[in-house]
Amino acid sequence: MSHAMTQDAPPAAPLNSLLSHRRMPRWAPAGIAVAAIALGSGIGAVAGLASKLQWCLIALVLFVALTYLITARVEGRRQAKDRVATSLVWACFVVAVVPLYSLLQTTISKGVKVLDGNFLGHSMGGVITTQPGGGVYHAIIGTLEQVALASLIAVPVGLLTAIYLVEYGRGKLAKVVTFFVDVMTGVPSIVAGLFILAFWIIILGFGYSGFAGALALSILMMPVVVRSTEEMLKLVPNELREASLALGVPKWRTIVKVVLPTSIGGILTGVMLAVARIAGETAPVLLLVFGNQLINNDPFNGAQSSLPYYVYEQYTNGNDASFDRAWAAALVLIAFVMILNLVARGIARWKAPKTGR
Amino acid sequence: MAKRIDVSGLSAYYGNHRAIEDISMTVEPRSVTAFIGPSGCGKSTFLRTLNRMHEVTPGGRVEGKVMLDDENLYGAGVDPVAVRRTVGMVFQRPNPFPTMSIYDNVAAGLRLNGSARRKSEIDGIVEKSLKGANLWNEVKDRLNKPGAGLSGGQQQRLCIARAIAVEPQVLLMDEPCSALDPISTLAIEDLIGELKEQFTIVIVTHNMQQAARVSDRTAFFNLAGVGQPGKLIEIDETQRIFSNPSVQATEDYISGRFG
Amino acid sequence: MDIVNSPGEHPPNSRQPAVTRLGDRVFLGMSRGSGILLLVIMAAIAVFLTVRAIHAISLDHSDFFTTFEWNANLQPPSFGIAVLAYGTVVSSLIAMIIAVPVSVGIALFISHYAPRKLATPLAYLVDLLAAVPSIVYGLWGGLYLVPHLQGLNLWLNEYLSWTGIFHKSDPSSAARSLFTVGILLAIMIVPIITNVSREVFRQVPKAHEEAALALGATRWEVVRMSVLPFARSGIISASMLGLGRALGETMAVATVLSASPVLSARLLDPVGGTFAQNIAAKFAEADNFGRDALIASGLVLFVITLLVNGAARLIIARRKEYSGANA
Repeated sequence: MSHAMTQDAPPAAPLNSLLSHRRMPRWAPAGIAVAAIALGSGIGAVAGLASKLQWCLIALVLFVALTYLITARVEGRRQAKDRVATSLVWACFVVAVVPLYSLLQTTISKGVKVLDGNFLGHSMGGVITTQPGGGVYHAIIGTLEQVALASLIAVPVGLLTAIYLVEYGRGKLAKVVTFFVDVMTGVPSIVAGLFILAFWIIILGFGYSGFAGALALSILMMPVVVRSTEEMLKLVPNELREASLALGVPKWRTIVKVVLPTSIGGILTGVMLAVARIAGETAPVLLLVFGNQLINNDPFNGAQSSLPYYVYEQYTNGNDASFDRAWAAALVLIAFVMILNLVARGIARWKAPKTGR
Repeated sequence: MAKRIDVSGLSAYYGNHRAIEDISMTVEPRSVTAFIGPSGCGKSTFLRTLNRMHEVTPGGRVEGKVMLDDENLYGAGVDPVAVRRTVGMVFQRPNPFPTMSIYDNVAAGLRLNGSARRKSEIDGIVEKSLKGANLWNEVKDRLNKPGAGLSGGQQQRLCIARAIAVEPQVLLMDEPCSALDPISTLAIEDLIGELKEQFTIVIVTHNMQQAARVSDRTAFFNLAGVGQPGKLIEIDETQRIFSNPSVQATEDYISGRFG
Repeated sequence: MDIVNSPGEHPPNSRQPAVTRLGDRVFLGMSRGSGILLLVIMAAIAVFLTVRAIHAISLDHSDFFTTFEWNANLQPPSFGIAVLAYGTVVSSLIAMIIAVPVSVGIALFISHYAPRKLATPLAYLVDLLAAVPSIVYGLWGGLYLVPHLQGLNLWLNEYLSWTGIFHKSDPSSAARSLFTVGILLAIMIVPIITNVSREVFRQVPKAHEEAALALGATRWEVVRMSVLPFARSGIISASMLGLGRALGETMAVATVLSASPVLSARLLDPVGGTFAQNIAAKFAEADNFGRDALIASGLVLFVITLLVNGAARLIIARRKEYSGANA
């Protein structure tokens, strides 16, 4: 019923029908939403539906249906479809924001309950799990050491691999490496854990340790570092390399002195994001580090804990005091990851103009 | 199916920056009107106000009136979507839908209508439009191949076919040949000559020879300086503009003394 | 990613010194060595897992693929992955069915619908949420989501139990089911899929959108004609990334699911298991042989994620002909 069809009519047709048609007022979507919510609540209350969720669902269905019907009557079918799409996109946004908001809100409000200096500065040594008290100090130490060791392994390998792919990468080997970096990105963390278990602990006969966990974490970290570094190196304009080479600078010095400094901001950002990603991994720690109630400063000998592992451990204890500790540790973990993210962003912004973009 | 455009007191903005100021002109039906002028003088911006594409740019807004015969494009209750169906547009770079076949590209506008058209009817319009764009003979055997596989000139003619398939009243062309080689350019220019039998055509061009070749009337735009809004200097018969313009700035520009 | 345009392709004469100078030789050797090391690691994962898995499966007293129970510590050992494979696939499917449309919706909201003032902070928020560790989702899922989904469970059971899959055997049991796991996984991967999709939507050339607009398309028609077709392969790879995360997720499943070796089509019943969850749950009590058995199940998970990756790659490759790259 679109009015644009009238162009098939002779030019003498009334012109007002050509460009304008009846349109709904700006408040129409809000009005329909209010009506749908009122109607949904009304139906819910009359029918005696207990769950508020049912009311919301009824209201949502009514909203989409009313939007379509009213718009189709007033503005035509195409506009109706457009408005329904708009309302669905908004609905997606609302539907997704509710749980994500709840996740952050719950973690923060429950986490601050026992989060204090005492919690950050003590281990679980001598604490009865059903009693309040104790802290995450040993877990923070574990996380920091394991993540640092993993980065120490993964960053050089990832960086050099990316350099190989971008600066030297021709031929079959580069293609194969690119392909397997993609594959590696998809390796589940528990599989990486199992591999180190099979290789390091079962076959080579080493014991559980923070280092074993770090090995698995480094496997998860490598492809992330390769990917992000690759993207950054590709952004470096070729003219820069050629300018340096034309001065007679050897290729490797060109890479070290020209290419890397130009893209260092982006590379650091990628590394920080990769660190944030592995800092939250639980599964490999569960299999390889084993968990510990006490402080163990030596990542090469004996079981350690880590923040994500600590959260899981407290959760499985299954009592209120442990749940409180779990929330607090989760908050510490989120804060740690967020700080890494913000620092990464800060580096990206700080270095951005120099990358020549 | 061609209409007169009557612009009065039109200004266009990007945020707070005024890009063109107080433009008034008349575009005659079934003729070709060319816009010329130095870079940044706002001729493309002005063209985009004629089918309400300017407001698609973030911060873009328009003041003034554009009458299409006797209806104001910026009047209350006017649907920009309906305006764009009535005033078609061809862009600087050919932009066929990359995921669609040649056939689907031409039929895209028809299908938007949603009303049930028979396949045979659409077939007919696709063929007519491709013939109208002088492309039929080159593509009739591969209508189901992707449109992006054509050469640049063919792609641009495909875009013209797509625009005329919905039978607009006016066809706006924003430097349609600037990304094309000379032979493709010639093909498009010939096509413009044929299309003006049916449509009101407005073309923005950087190429003054092209303006002289294809247009009936020419409008010259200029700006007082960097950051200043662009203005319409004069509009007249193309022949007069190129032989005996009434404003000195126009003559300077055409004779290559600046711009 | 194609590397045809990689800036590494210098004219041949600049390549000459790369093989002669000592510094260049060392540097090339190191970087090539790193690439090879990556390949070696991937090969080692496959080899070591396979070796241990074969050892375990050869001593399995029941059929590895069809047995429900996981009793690797029994004498003789008897364990199988039927329940785990089913649970992994079903929970990931539920997650995908919910997460993909919602994520595409949010990504569209950010890129094409939201007012600018809302879009920028929202994009930022989604970015940060993608970085929230899965154990936090797991904790929230176990302590908050499970009780709060009870109402939905009862509602589904009341009105949709005729479908069979939404029939709940014991309506009073906690919502620690594959269905809840699916919802939690969906919430977890929404930020990931949204992030990648949004990036793809942002890259849709303005020219394609203007082409549709100039034909008189409404906003939805622009999205359908220009944005979605251009972004299709990007959405697929984003979804596959999300699916990969869902398939291999350990903690969010381990904290929510009340596992038991029952294979049931009733999604609301608190039974079942997944590969990763089973490994986490059984690891503590596993002896040397038990660990090998778990490695065998991990190998199956590894193969499944490889297949998903490969499938995604195939889909994307097949759509190359119609990609917008050359427009």
